[in-house]
Amino acid sequence: MSSDSHSRVNNFAFKIATVNGSGSASANALIRRAIFRMGVPVSGKNLFPSNIQGLPTWYEIRVNADGHTARIPTFDLMVAMNPATYARDVDEVRSGGWVLHDSSWPLPTNLLRDDLHFLGVPLARLCNENFAGARERILMKNIAYAGVLAALLGLDAEIVQKLLGETYAKKKSLLDSNYKALGLGYDTAIDTLECPLPIRVEPMDATGDSIIMDGNSAAALGCVYAGATVAAWYPITPSTSMIDAFQAFCGKLRKEEETDRSRVAILQAEDELAAAGMVVGANWMGARAFTATSGPGISLMSEIIGLAYYAEIPAVFFDIQRAGPSTGMPTRTQQGDLMLCAYASHGDTKHILLIPSDPEECFYFAVKAFDLAERFQTPVFVLSDLDIGMNDWLVPRLRWDDSYRPDRGKVLDAEDLETIDHFQRYLDVDADGIAARTLPGVHPKGAFFTRGSGHNKHGAYTEDADEYVDVMERLRRKIDSAALHVPSAEIRTARGASIGIISAGGCHRAVLESIDSLAPRGIAVDYLRVRAFPFSHEISSFLGAHERVFVVEQNRDGQLANLLSLETGVPRDSLESLGTFGGLPLSAQDVVEGVLDALGSAAYPKLPPRRANA
Amino acid sequence: MTYILKPKVRHPGLPTNALGLTARDYEGAMSTLCAGCGHDSVTAAVIQAVFELDLPPHRVAKLSGIGCSSKTPTYFLGQAHGFNAVHGRMPAIAAGASAANRDLIYLGVSGDGDSLSIGLGHLCHAIRRNVRMLYLIENNGVYGLTKGQFSASADVGTRSKRGEENRQEPIDPIHLALTLGVSFAARGFSGDKVHLVPILKAALQHDGFALVDVISPCVAFNDHVGSTKSYLHTREHAQLAVLADFIPPAAEITASVEPGGVRSVTMHDGSTIQFRQVPDGYDPTNRESVENYVRERQRAGEVAMGLLYVEPGSVEMNENLGTVDRPLCELPYEELCPGSARLEEIQLQYR
Ligand SMILES: Cc1ncc(C[n+]2csc(CCOP(=O)(O)OP(=O)(O)O)c2C)c(N)n1
Ligand code: SF4
Ligand SMILES: [Mg+2]
Repeated sequence: MSSDSHSRVNNFAFKIATVNGSGSASANALIRRAIFRMGVPVSGKNLFPSNIQGLPTWYEIRVNADGHTARIPTFDLMVAMNPATYARDVDEVRSGGWVLHDSSWPLPTNLLRDDLHFLGVPLARLCNENFAGARERILMKNIAYAGVLAALLGLDAEIVQKLLGETYAKKKSLLDSNYKALGLGYDTAIDTLECPLPIRVEPMDATGDSIIMDGNSAAALGCVYAGATVAAWYPITPSTSMIDAFQAFCGKLRKEEETDRSRVAILQAEDELAAAGMVVGANWMGARAFTATSGPGISLMSEIIGLAYYAEIPAVFFDIQRAGPSTGMPTRTQQGDLMLCAYASHGDTKHILLIPSDPEECFYFAVKAFDLAERFQTPVFVLSDLDIGMNDWLVPRLRWDDSYRPDRGKVLDAEDLETIDHFQRYLDVDADGIAARTLPGVHPKGAFFTRGSGHNKHGAYTEDADEYVDVMERLRRKIDSAALHVPSAEIRTARGASIGIISAGGCHRAVLESIDSLAPRGIAVDYLRVRAFPFSHEISSFLGAHERVFVVEQNRDGQLANLLSLETGVPRDSLESLGTFGGLPLSAQDVVEGVLDALGSAAYPKLPPRRANA
Repeated sequence: MTYILKPKVRHPGLPTNALGLTARDYEGAMSTLCAGCGHDSVTAAVIQAVFELDLPPHRVAKLSGIGCSSKTPTYFLGQAHGFNAVHGRMPAIAAGASAANRDLIYLGVSGDGDSLSIGLGHLCHAIRRNVRMLYLIENNGVYGLTKGQFSASADVGTRSKRGEENRQEPIDPIHLALTLGVSFAARGFSGDKVHLVPILKAALQHDGFALVDVISPCVAFNDHVGSTKSYLHTREHAQLAVLADFIPPAAEITASVEPGGVRSVTMHDGSTIQFRQVPDGYDPTNRESVENYVRERQRAGEVAMGLLYVEPGSVEMNENLGTVDRPLCELPYEELCPGSARLEEIQLQYR
């Protein structure tokens, strides 16, 4: 931790409360990007309702010089633009913090807290006076509060203006009104409020080699780079933006110039059963094909997932997890599909899972997923979640190695087939559990019957016990051997650590931050982040080396802990589950409190209680 | 049950096609269906159609769902890639396959249970997408493989083997498909190979989704008196109204053309469908008139048969999607990966 971490310069969080559909997203992004351009680590999280217009929505921005960008549940400043949520918004501000509100109307007195500073700017009035038309007034009010924020937080006005210019480069008419609104807010704040606040931004040089990106865009870009040519999907939050991004990227990157035709097929299916079926059909033909969905989609796809597993057809599934069984809470995050995906479908199945922790890994794991799917001829799941997929993360710039070539696995081409006597689809020639496949249409000798019904190692239909068992045992060996090829666990050890934390996916940043804040309390922690399933051997070693292991995850039942116990044989009750599952991204505070509680609060001083009901 | 390979004995006298192959080269494994099952006759018609069309077997992809009918792709085109999928999902798998490789010839076989109940949604959407394929429904009014339950195509009043009467309205795949905008619709009878083969040939050459509903009696569960899908009932009530011949490109048109309502329709590849006999005023390219005709026949207690509808200007799925002419699965990786320099450029928008 840096020495000035308790100073509020470049170390604070604020939240903007607005109404869904009012166009606040671009104003919020403007502020977040300006902070980033000033070289200061920043992240943005969107809390939005399952609604198109009218319900409350929030955007949380955390600024942290040390690069801690996990969610924190209390805020230094609230931009309270939605009267419907004033009460709870004001409640989330830490003592001594600030509330920026629209003073065109008086704030109800029952909301006033005497431990907060209330900053009023007559935003609606300013916009009514300066803009015509109801829609423009609403939109410009957003840019106006961005102007106020720029002044309050000491943002570089030139950077903010330049960003606006870039955003509206192609819409000159919009640019002028945006400049005007920005100036209205900025100037009024400078004239009437004390600017900047003690929570403010000062230029740093910590984002030079970084980008701010959401995981769904990164995963989509990974699919482009992996060479995927078919995507099939059925719209579902929070995965939809991944296909939207894929479509947008392909519009630019996959056009055959001479003909204006595209080198990709994106099929909007009639349901997830069909989406999965299309992915399997396309992979059967030898294209790299994927789908993006969320938990409800995986439930529907399970039948086809089992088919792909048993018939040994590559397929890549992006599960952008959301909260809950059934429809649950579509716009809230969770890690609730771990068990579902690990063993999706009936009968004996087991699948390869890749679990990215941020958008950067979404990109690389997307590419890896296709390589593994083709190498092992099996479904591969990339388990992202709403927080990773739809929020704006600070990550290192993505890099590409131009010497990369797809691993197509064992595919016999026409030449290979010419030289062999008789092709037998499921014969384990190399004794590694993986049999060579052929693609339709390539050579008459490669023809065989792909089926989800009982088959023997020659590829023929069977109802014979030994023949069935033979294939299923090979499948077991095949999937188990994938443990050596999936991304290995990330391990960080600490001197004198007595306890271990195991976590996965989007919990990573909160866990890292919690480890940082446990250390000064004399609690040293070894940390292992699971990045894939089947579990690699270092996970068993880590479990064996620690007497006390906390498993941090975002679901009710401790699914990662369950899976660890099931697959490594460590007793389930030796693993202590920690975390939250209410649908909001995990914060370091959740982990710290959980560890301290478990270790006995008497021995360690507790953090001040949280005010927020978040 | 095991996989039974038929002995490949070449009879020197067998006729060969343009590829030098005999009809036997288009056969598959020995059927394991009940003796007399209508589905086996459909298999025989498929073999003859692909033989006569000179199709290279390995350029055909045959797909099916689950059911007795869906087993039949094992029994033809032994040298073609096959995919015996899961119950009802074949249309979706075929759509994905066609998106990945638009150059293969797709031949799907399904049953009335597979297509009209569990897979009804997928069938409807494959029709809407106009996936280029021959889609065969071997329609017996029952679920054969699960032992004789009524399917969604069972007519009102038809009786099961146990004597139970069906009271629910049937789904007629031809009606349904015409409503959904299908680009080719035909109905055949497994007991009438002579008229089925040209239908299959035209369907295989069609540039879009070609639905062929074949009444294909189930001798085990639905061939008794009181069934409306028995051999006898079908023979008595089939109204073979629209007779058509399929004529490959550049072949001399020799079919006898009877006056009155007769016409020929040119397909995308230059081949023609020659309609030999159609009812007065019937236009096989006019969706409304076909719909009306099929409905009229049904009201009269008959089943309209033949090549009922064809849309000459059909635009298949990949053309609609605007994908490149080459199969996507064959595009070299170099054409697909934008490379590191482009990645740098792309990332400017995330700064
Ligand atoms: C998900 C699922 N549900 C049920 C079944 C059982 N099942 C197998 S075939 C079949 C019906 C087949 O009927 P149809 O398509 O008409 O074929 P037929 O046997 O009559 O030719 C059913 C219900 C299955 N295989 N999968
Ligand atoms: S049960 Fe019916 S459909 Fe199945 S094979 Fe026998 S006759 Fe054919
Ligand atoms: Mg049937």
